[in-house]
Amino acid sequence: MLAWLSRSVLPVATIVAAIIVIWYAAAIPMNSMRTYMMAPDDAEISFSELVSDTWSQKKPQLPLPHQIVREVKKQATFSWIWKEKRRGYKRSLIYHTWVTLSSTLLGFGLGLVLGVSLSLAIVYSRVMDLSVMPWVITSQTIPIIAIAPMIIVIMAPMGLTGLMPKGVISMYLSYFPIVIGMTKGLRSSDPILEDQMKTWSATAFQTFLLLRLPSALPYLFPAMKISLAAALVGAVVAELPSGARAGLGARLLVFSYRSETIPMWANLVSAAILAGLLVVSFGMLERALNRRLGFRTAGEVSS
Amino acid sequence: MMIAIFALVLWGALWAFNVKLAGWLSDRYARIAVPIVFGLTLVVMVELLVIGLNVSFVILPRPSEMVVRLFTSYEMLWEDFVQTILKGALTGYVVGCSTALLVAFLASWSDFLRRGLLPLGNFVAALPVVGLAPIMVMWFGFGWESKAAIVVSMCFFPMLVNSVQGLAATNAIERDLFKTYAATPLQQLGLLRLPAAMPFILNGLKVCTPLALIGAIVAEFFGSPFLGMGFRIKTSVGTLSLDLVWAEIIVAAIAGTGFFGLLLIIERSLTFWHPSQRR
Repeated sequence: MLAWLSRSVLPVATIVAAIIVIWYAAAIPMNSMRTYMMAPDDAEISFSELVSDTWSQKKPQLPLPHQIVREVKKQATFSWIWKEKRRGYKRSLIYHTWVTLSSTLLGFGLGLVLGVSLSLAIVYSRVMDLSVMPWVITSQTIPIIAIAPMIIVIMAPMGLTGLMPKGVISMYLSYFPIVIGMTKGLRSSDPILEDQMKTWSATAFQTFLLLRLPSALPYLFPAMKISLAAALVGAVVAELPSGARAGLGARLLVFSYRSETIPMWANLVSAAILAGLLVVSFGMLERALNRRLGFRTAGEVSS
Repeated sequence: MMIAIFALVLWGALWAFNVKLAGWLSDRYARIAVPIVFGLTLVVMVELLVIGLNVSFVILPRPSEMVVRLFTSYEMLWEDFVQTILKGALTGYVVGCSTALLVAFLASWSDFLRRGLLPLGNFVAALPVVGLAPIMVMWFGFGWESKAAIVVSMCFFPMLVNSVQGLAATNAIERDLFKTYAATPLQQLGLLRLPAAMPFILNGLKVCTPLALIGAIVAEFFGSPFLGMGFRIKTSVGTLSLDLVWAEIIVAAIAGTGFFGLLLIIERSLTFWHPSQRR
């Protein structure tokens, strides 16, 4: 226990503590301009006054951790669920996090379906492998944010607005890790075992279901984790050009126009918490599934 | 309608041609020819479908119109390219990746630092760091500096994680061998650790390429001078000059793919010994 603490917790804790110290120190010079601007011309500002002012401004250049935590606590209300008509719900962080989460999950789901079906086609057809694979890689070097407005424009006349285009934009980022991981995984089955399946005169479908799919899963899960994080980035980015009013990305745009820095950072923190929760909960799911299927932990298999 | 049906027939014909092509050519040429034929098929399909189904210009311009626009307003596109890609993305990419590499060097000497940085870096690499863009615009102004800053923060952690892993990729036997040769720490770094880390470092560089482009363009949505690719895309969607938007997308695609291709060539020449490069 003690060894575990000193080997893995202590280094991380030290670096986090260092970051927080640097954060508080950096806030003094970064926020000081406003302090000097607000003070009367010939006023002498002592160091302690400077510190207390820069650490408690309303619209600081760099909000302090305690200000951000207070804001998150204040805005993370569930009031929007039961008091929809009250004014406050539009500011509820949980509401906006939920909006972003829904397009993240839709994008992830679409990406999973597209990615798995593409990789099946790639593994079973040489022509697909030759013609599609290079374009799959090329698609990721094209910045999604450039195409995002066009996806919205093209989908609007088909009657698809709101959640769907955001999901598609998020899919653009999330399908890629799945294609790569799944293709690698489907090709990773042991040739000896494939021969064994042949001696049992297994059909192609049986070989797929009983051999290839199980051996692909240890590659698929880490890929899904990366893809989940990518889907979140896609969902946040998708809210910028879509004129969306709700969601963490849309809120960022609004707060940045009003230069309300503390809510901006509170938004970022909730995006970070969302990402952390997604990755951690998926990791737990992965471990449970792996144990059930009798695999070793997938951490050892790099994708 | 006839044209749309013709497009589908053509699709089938070209696909059949591709199947034949994949069979005829040796692997080396098929790897180049087949994807090109596939890409051209897609473009021709879209062109014919847009004409055949009378798709409005404000929804999807014809690919030929996009290419025409690419040539007629190349000066504007070039200025946007310089502003966003060369000044914003590339500066941030170089600064971010080299800083990460430097920190990784420091971490490779201290086990404590490595244990602290690796889990944190892995966590931050999974966060939507792109959300920092409005803050960077607030701190560094509307010019390209803020775009470079967001690119630095987006590239730093994925690059750091890859480099730290790479610099730890040597095994004890190799390090012992260098000790018996009485190699100085610097020699050990230059002759053993750095070459062993190269596949990881190049992988990090590859991961960061699209991130740099996304970061630089996203930051322009939060404020920019009157040029830049993100700015142009935002305003051109407003004025419905969609051919210009698509021309910008083509430029971004060429820039991203070109840079990625360059990295692949560098990878092939630097890490020719790695199993993934064997043919």
